[in-house]
Amino acid sequence: MALDRPLEDVVALADLTPERSVKDGVVDFVRHRPLGAIGAAVVLLNILAGVFAGVLAPYDPVATDYAAMLSRPSLAHWLGTDAFGRDVLSRILYGARTAMLVGFAVALVGATVGAVIGVTSAYFGGRIDLAIQRVMDIFLSFPLIILALAMVSILGTGLVNVIVAIMIPLIPRASLVTRSSALAIREMPYVDAARAAGYRHRRIILRHMLPNVMAPYLIMLTAFLGQAILLEASLSFLGLGVAEPTPAWGLMLRGAAVQFAETAPWMAVFPGLAISLAVFAFNLFGDSLRDALDPRLRTQ
Amino acid sequence: MLLEVEHLSTEFATRGGVVRAVDDVSWDVKEGETVALVGESGCGKSVTALSIMRLVAAPAGRITAGRVLFKGRDLLALSEEEMRRVRGREIAMIFQEPMTSLNPVLTIGRQMTEGAEIHLGLAPPASRDRAIELLAMVGIPDPGRRLRQYPHQFSGGMRQRMMIAMALACRPALILADEPTTALDVTIQAQILELMKDLSRRFGVAMVVITHNLGVVARYADRVNVMYAGKVVERGTARKLYRNPRHPYTLGLLRSVPRLDEPRRERLAPIEGQPPDLTRLPAGCAFTPRCAWRVTRCPVDRPALAPVGDGEHLSACWEAVHVGREREAVR
Repeated sequence: MALDRPLEDVVALADLTPERSVKDGVVDFVRHRPLGAIGAAVVLLNILAGVFAGVLAPYDPVATDYAAMLSRPSLAHWLGTDAFGRDVLSRILYGARTAMLVGFAVALVGATVGAVIGVTSAYFGGRIDLAIQRVMDIFLSFPLIILALAMVSILGTGLVNVIVAIMIPLIPRASLVTRSSALAIREMPYVDAARAAGYRHRRIILRHMLPNVMAPYLIMLTAFLGQAILLEASLSFLGLGVAEPTPAWGLMLRGAAVQFAETAPWMAVFPGLAISLAVFAFNLFGDSLRDALDPRLRTQ
Repeated sequence: MLLEVEHLSTEFATRGGVVRAVDDVSWDVKEGETVALVGESGCGKSVTALSIMRLVAAPAGRITAGRVLFKGRDLLALSEEEMRRVRGREIAMIFQEPMTSLNPVLTIGRQMTEGAEIHLGLAPPASRDRAIELLAMVGIPDPGRRLRQYPHQFSGGMRQRMMIAMALACRPALILADEPTTALDVTIQAQILELMKDLSRRFGVAMVVITHNLGVVARYADRVNVMYAGKVVERGTARKLYRNPRHPYTLGLLRSVPRLDEPRRERLAPIEGQPPDLTRLPAGCAFTPRCAWRVTRCPVDRPALAPVGDGEHLSACWEAVHVGREREAVR
């Protein structure tokens, strides 16, 4: 390379590396991964619905109106009403709030805690790694829903308990993924350099290694969002999640919705659609994000 | 004496057996001096540096014996927390690979200021000023803007300059440089070495340069320790060692380097054979199988480092008095 150039020229050459802005990244993503972009748009809609449910919803989601019980979709009630005369659209919008709250809380905290455990495990290695991973294996040996059910029966129902119950079975999955990335990071000279610079273990794990597993972390985060929403709906459907009258999609599918499935199908169809659409959108977005962040797939 | 390594031994447990990577090694560094550790790959020079920093990877690696006296304190006896305060603060380390020794996801500024903030308790604005000053000192133009960039925006030579700046950030008394120029272009190598020499003189920092490059040694080191199979086999001032090597291995190293100032020979004279298997070291001198000067006692009786000529020059060879360039032609 530029052996005989003055230093300034060499420096100028090094500067040619283009700096990609966030905006360029987004434009690239939409152009190359239209399905992912659609997923992202639906995700965004869900988030907006959850945040602005209070403004968007035409009715109070828990207000009963016995005059309008089981009314079919009409101009007054776009998606009809349920057995208590509650507006289905309003309940779905508020249900989005519950779903997003559970989804994001579980995914953020679960993926973060899992990532910290995974990186810590990889960093120390040896017996500490072995011990942590065996504990994780015990959790991993249970199917997600079984472990979540077990957690709920220990903790009891309610929003916070549901969040914790869904989070716990997801943590070992997150730790497994980040650990494998972190094992490669552990061998990088800059980790040794950080040790030689006299940094504490905690600083090396959190400040030096964790940012390097961002790609798998983000992929996991989006995958967890869909899973968490589905799990919350399942638990609520089984009567182990959030309790009536809190509006939640899973909750709307049970009870009277089963009883009146033939005469008032809108009671079950619309919340069911909301669940499928949300989970599908999160998964689409997650898959595209994984492809976009995976350097091996990036060139395709 | 700034650093005294006394009878240091470091072992690694491997499937093939216990490897004595560093075997009863003693050497020292005076204040402000540059000392070189020379030898081929796997001779224990890097492990020696890691042992001083107490960064040998446990549980496979273990320091089994010896003392490392730094300013009179035995580093091997310090608690982990005390040792952490020595690393980076009093003894800094520069690694071989400037490409992978910097964290790719952290800005140059973050990596430059972290050490001073932790060890010296500097506030972020002060550590930032210091980082700018240091980068300017190692010859990186426009350091203020550079602080916001990432390592991939720096060339190899610039990264190594930055590593040197980082090492100097806490004004350590000693810098351990493990093959600091091996990964660089030859012309950049010279620039970096000149820079290190200049800064070590300016700040009175002692340096231990670990290298397999005898050219580096000849120009930049005050004293040299030649290592072979985990042991120091020859020690002396760079000048003496270069002009008058007294160990067959040192002689072999020097003869295997092409020289522009001598008539070109048909081919270089490499050291024949392979370095020994460190799990199965012979009772005698480990260099025996590759040595042209071997005598009957060599395979069974290990020679200790002993003075040849004046007291400054030591060689671990029974034939030390006979080994030398003047007899090259005879052999």
